[in-house]
Amino acid sequence: MAEWEVVKPKNKAVGWFEERLPVLSLVNNVVGPATPTPRNLNYFWNFGSLAGLMLVIQIISGVVLAMHYAATTGLAFDSVERIMRDVNYGWLIRYMHANGASFFFIAVYIHIFRGLYFGSYKAPREVLWMLGVVIFLLMMATAFMGYVLPWGQMSFWGATVITSLFSAIPVVGESIVQLLWGGFSVDNPTLNRFFSLHYLLPFVITGVVILHIWAKKISDSGNPLGIEVQSGADQIPFHPFYTIKDAFGAGVFFFILAAFIFFMPNALGHPDNYIPADSLVTPDSIVPEWYFLPFYAILRSVDFPLGIPGVIEILDAKLLGVIAMFASILVWLALPWLDTSKVRSGNFRPMFKWFFAFLVVDMFILMWLGAQKPEGNIPLYGKFATLYYFAYFFVVLPVLSRKEKTLPLPDSISSAVLKPAE
Amino acid sequence: MSTLETTNQEDEGATRRDFIHVAAAGMAGVGAVGALWPFIDQMNPAADTLALASVEVDISKIDVGSAIVIKWRGKPVFIRHRTAEEVAEAEAVSLSDLIDQQSDEERVKTGESKWLVVVGVCTHLGCVPLGTKSGDDRGEFGGWFCPCHGSHYDTSGRIRKGPAPKNLEVPEYAFLNDSTLKIG
Repeated sequence: MAEWEVVKPKNKAVGWFEERLPVLSLVNNVVGPATPTPRNLNYFWNFGSLAGLMLVIQIISGVVLAMHYAATTGLAFDSVERIMRDVNYGWLIRYMHANGASFFFIAVYIHIFRGLYFGSYKAPREVLWMLGVVIFLLMMATAFMGYVLPWGQMSFWGATVITSLFSAIPVVGESIVQLLWGGFSVDNPTLNRFFSLHYLLPFVITGVVILHIWAKKISDSGNPLGIEVQSGADQIPFHPFYTIKDAFGAGVFFFILAAFIFFMPNALGHPDNYIPADSLVTPDSIVPEWYFLPFYAILRSVDFPLGIPGVIEILDAKLLGVIAMFASILVWLALPWLDTSKVRSGNFRPMFKWFFAFLVVDMFILMWLGAQKPEGNIPLYGKFATLYYFAYFFVVLPVLSRKEKTLPLPDSISSAVLKPAE
Repeated sequence: MSTLETTNQEDEGATRRDFIHVAAAGMAGVGAVGALWPFIDQMNPAADTLALASVEVDISKIDVGSAIVIKWRGKPVFIRHRTAEEVAEAEAVSLSDLIDQQSDEERVKTGESKWLVVVGVCTHLGCVPLGTKSGDDRGEFGGWFCPCHGSHYDTSGRIRKGPAPKNLEVPEYAFLNDSTLKIG
């Protein structure tokens, strides 16, 4: 961690306040001129601050929507339609919030896979990484509950299917599902508590984000070369260099977000969610939002029990599927100990590179499979895609850590990225 | 030669203090767990939700061979007036052909085998199977067919083919008189 540099404002009043609560020093040392940062960060390093910006946009637009939304089964759908038709700029704010959720996930997925490729989970950044996984899990819970609030057909049936997953837990499963529902099916009590938690969790996320940034301050940013900073020559101040780079990236990102909000606001949603929830009619197919599809595909692919067929069944198929889905994310927590290669950056790992590239492809395949009806060969493809996903973490990474011949690392960041003096 | 300090540490003084610390922390822990319970239990079904847990249905207008769907505890319940052939078909199936082995007698009230009452929730992932309305696809076994992932149920609501693990659930019910059925 770099030295803490105290700000001494010239203005007396500001100085008086700064002595009592050093806000300016904090900013200065986290994203300011006194924040030395590796000089070679590429555009993949933009997505952390972008995700932070998306969180702010979601909170602001969400608080405003809550002023007009009614969390009661009889009113929820209509109150959302009223927001769309009658509330001044309601359509804009709701489309910002709905598409903003998707773009929040886009930013976070790129941020996560940046970390997977450049080894951001390795020492000394394990806790920083694990806090990120916690944020992702909280985001998934928040997004799921948010999608239930408009009380459309997909809201209702998505909530039914996902909460029913907990019924797979032996003995107490049914009781847990009733506890989650507050009744005998997804109904008014469920909607009410989902709204309460959907409002609460973003602030919990904010708290964990603060810890995440704190941990980043302790271990400093990683960088594309994956080698430690050795001298001041390897660094540049965060402000103005990365504030301006992040701002430029945000401009591009918001340009694309705006294109969705204004020209194809429902492209990422499901048309069935504009049909009011009906507990007696199931939609043709129940599809989660795109950002859940890879994990949904894993859930559906594991449709076989664990055990020896005909002899013993240790876990039934439904429970094993649920475990596989949660494990597919929780395995990220174990990454620092599964990948023990001393080389962080994939740039210097000739074999890792290919396995990683295929993991990215595999995620897109899983995403596609999750949206298909499980008929014909789809379940079989799902099994292969799921197998590779887990093999990457439990087989490929541990084996590569021992066997791979890595490329020589540069002596320092500055020697690798600066042109030699004329 | 012992000073006051060492006496306190080695003899009863320190251990008594330790005991008080452990006991106090333990009591605080028990209290915290006790205080937690109301905050968990409030999520369980409330008294008014439980009060709506039973419904009475007029079954005199359900023709032979047709079925109705009613809402009970927020879930659909199918009430089917089975034809004699359907009953015979359901009773004729041998248990070894079934995924979730249950005879038809276990799923209906004695002497009222023409009435089949099941919760209309597919045991796979909770969809509502088709087959209650006339003209619906009733699947390969003449009962219900779940369009979500292709589960086929027979005229006793038992799973015969597809991914669902269990038969359609039979709720608690009783015949109050010839035309009234109480569910729940």
